Amino acid sequence: MTTATLEQSEHRKAWGLVAPALLWTVAFFVIPFLYMAAMSLWSRQGREILRVWNLDNYARFFNESALLRGLTNSLEITLTVTVLSVLLAYPLAWIIAERVPKRWQRMALILAILPFWTSYVVRSYSWLLVLSKGGVINQALLGIGLISEPLEIASNRTATVIGFVHFFVMLLTLTIYSNLIQLSPNYRRAAADLGANAFQTFWHVILPLTLPGVMTGAFLTFVLCIGDYITPQILGGNNELVLPQIIMLQIGRRADFPMAAALSIILMLAVTAAYVLCARWLKIERA
Amino acid sequence: MAFEQQARTSSLLLRQGKMKRVLGSCLSWLYLACIYGFIFLPVAVLVLFSFQDGRLPVPPFNGVSLQWYEAVFADRKLMAALANSFLVATTSSIVACALGFLAAYALARYRLPGSAWQRGLLIAPMTVSYLIIALGLLAVLNTLGIPLSLWTVGIGHVVINLPLCFAIIYASMGDHHINIERAARDLGASDFKVMTLVTAPMLMPSIMAAFFLSVTFSWDEFIIAFLLSRFDVTLPVEIWSMLRSGLNPKTNAIGSLVFLISVAVLLVLELALFGRSRKS
Amino acid sequence: MTASVSIRNATKTYGPFKALDDVSLDIDAGEFIVLLGPSGCGKTTLLSILGGFTTPTAGSVSIGGRDMTGVAPARRPTTTMFQDYALFPHMRLVDNVGFGLRMRGLPKNERDDKAMGFLNLVGLKSAARKKPHELSGGQRQRVALARALAVDPDVLLLDEPLGALDLKLRRQMQDELKAIQQRVGTTFVHVTHDQEEAMAIADRIVVMNQGKVEDFGAPAEIHMRPKSLFSAGFMGEINFLQGRVREAANDGARVETPVGTVVLPAANFTIRKPVPGDDVTLCIRPEHFCDAASHSAVRLGEAHITASAFFGTHFRCHLAPMAANQLSLVAHMPQASAVRPGERIPLALDPSGVTALAVA
Repeated sequence: MTTATLEQSEHRKAWGLVAPALLWTVAFFVIPFLYMAAMSLWSRQGREILRVWNLDNYARFFNESALLRGLTNSLEITLTVTVLSVLLAYPLAWIIAERVPKRWQRMALILAILPFWTSYVVRSYSWLLVLSKGGVINQALLGIGLISEPLEIASNRTATVIGFVHFFVMLLTLTIYSNLIQLSPNYRRAAADLGANAFQTFWHVILPLTLPGVMTGAFLTFVLCIGDYITPQILGGNNELVLPQIIMLQIGRRADFPMAAALSIILMLAVTAAYVLCARWLKIERA
Repeated sequence: MAFEQQARTSSLLLRQGKMKRVLGSCLSWLYLACIYGFIFLPVAVLVLFSFQDGRLPVPPFNGVSLQWYEAVFADRKLMAALANSFLVATTSSIVACALGFLAAYALARYRLPGSAWQRGLLIAPMTVSYLIIALGLLAVLNTLGIPLSLWTVGIGHVVINLPLCFAIIYASMGDHHINIERAARDLGASDFKVMTLVTAPMLMPSIMAAFFLSVTFSWDEFIIAFLLSRFDVTLPVEIWSMLRSGLNPKTNAIGSLVFLISVAVLLVLELALFGRSRKS
Repeated sequence: MTASVSIRNATKTYGPFKALDDVSLDIDAGEFIVLLGPSGCGKTTLLSILGGFTTPTAGSVSIGGRDMTGVAPARRPTTTMFQDYALFPHMRLVDNVGFGLRMRGLPKNERDDKAMGFLNLVGLKSAARKKPHELSGGQRQRVALARALAVDPDVLLLDEPLGALDLKLRRQMQDELKAIQQRVGTTFVHVTHDQEEAMAIADRIVVMNQGKVEDFGAPAEIHMRPKSLFSAGFMGEINFLQGRVREAANDGARVETPVGTVVLPAANFTIRKPVPGDDVTLCIRPEHFCDAASHSAVRLGEAHITASAFFGTHFRCHLAPMAANQLSLVAHMPQASAVRPGERIPLALDPSGVTALAVA
């Protein structure tokens, strides 16, 4: 009897502590999200929202090539960016962890992610300075006479990918590096002892052991990249819109909230699909 | 003879091995140089042309001038946005840390029914794009007729930072802390005192880490701030509106300033925190 | 301050598992009690029940004559010294030791004075401004002791406090612990699985196994006259010899064993008086085999030495008695005896050191 009441009062205390966070999440995340999901099944008439349930928005998405193209653009760009970033970041993290002397590693890492701390908007803008027609690269190439006409490298998909890769190489270097240094050096010693050369050691031992970390980083890259509006808006020009840009168009010029909601749900589904595909490598654990 | 030959091949092999290593290390350094170049190119260009003595932040570089920095400090709207960003970042981070700490404490220390679901719910916003979080909030606020302001931006920022704070603090609440809290209780401390005098100070490093990470995220966040604010805006939104006027050294100047301030803060934190952790 | 402790029929079950099975125990005020047993024997559960961290499924606990069952840890006149010390990592030593006094509302200068006094008691006064991470394991252990004593408990509960220390430091800390206990006079209840530690510090030892008390008494009593086979085995190396009582009188009994007949005083039967026909197990410590020439010795024929090793104070030998060479006995031979495997030696026993228990 006494233990029961004791347990009850403990429970009450615990609920009191966890309630504010739960309420906040429910009120400002779950409810808005559900509201938006519901809204994606409504439709727009002029500036009014009609609360009639139908799948028109989703039907329109699949029938209107401009909208569908947004999703495929998003997926193409995001996948390119994710793969390129991992391929560039892994060697960098590996070199810092293995080749750079121990006492300089922290410095090298901080240096590698320093531009992280430029404002996100400014970072994309600064690539504009580099890539645009009058920008540094074109001027340099013109200067040494390699080209006679400035190249068209800004305001297209290449520029978007470069801007993204720049950001995510930093992010992935950080996550992969922290994975690499957690590995005991004895793994490498044991592999070498058993006759594996450097490449075999890397391929059969180091890479599999760091794969969960790499996949976590890659998934994070995918999520952040596919949902980003700024980078493609600044660097991508207006020819190949990605999904977030199209969503912003719906709520801006067209004031079509239901359509924006439907596109958001589709964006969510793309992320969920990516999660399901790499779920077996993802781990979130308590230390 | 056979022995001599063997010796020669082995020394050859040794030399080959050495060559390979030297080559490998050369390639490593070359790669390092290239990738650092790639990472720093835009920042270097940004900072360099913030001192441009001219109207365009692109080559040729006409000489050093501080006029654009003067322009930044003279820009009342920009300065107001800076203050707004600071206010929103610190307030929302404090709220996120406080809520995250309380929830982490409850879930790590008490056995509650459905705690796995609660953890999942608290982490969930992390997996959803900011754009979607912003849209949902915007839709609800519009429907309820609540006007947009810095408050609504702050609410949005707590939503994105709460999972982060919760996860960081929850992860640092090891079971080895349980005995320490028991000891405090055994010596007569009430639940409240255990939390404020023992648990929170003990977890201060991770609470501070969560706080500064939240500040960074909130400070840099664009889409929520853009969609959920109206008259008072934060710095990224103000910079965004400056971009519409095209390439402008003034944008370089404010970008460089933000970068330099962030790096300075980072350096101070690194020296203060890392210096301390090295001592222990 | 100090107080007696009384435990009545304490039982703790976790589902089908009985961590503590109907334990009753009376501890006098000012005693140094050691709860001894292998891991999982229930000793830590019992300590936790005394400290109030665990509520017994049945039974009661009273301290100083007041019922404490269901009273929160903070309201009990007990403090616990935890195995991992549980020092507050962010507080200086003086603040750690003064924490309990702070909770009792003592003003800062007063509690600092008192804390310094207790730090002095454990020899760490000069380190008062350091933080726990700057200390060695032994020093942390002392701070934990000072912190637990600073609130002047009636009963101090120690949960394997020396477990994390290396052997040498452990022996040294045992002596210090004992000395401090005698100085402050508080009742100490100390948990360990190390029987040497138990004998070094305890006034009385409680031997526990599978949730039950196997034996309870002064160290010498438990070592020499164990009340159970488990207790006999746990308190150090021992030989078990099966036998049957042939004759019994008031002052003694004849027991027939495979190696010969032994006459034992009645006091050596610790569980029940000898009755002819009873099967008994004789417990013989290796040091109770003796020189066949001494007049109290019971001679048991000869034995082969199958193995021997030098242990400093003695030779430890494995013997196979001629009368029953399937048996293997462990005996300690004198330092000077220079025994070699393969030799034959006379086997003899000092009957006063032998305990007879009922067959398990």
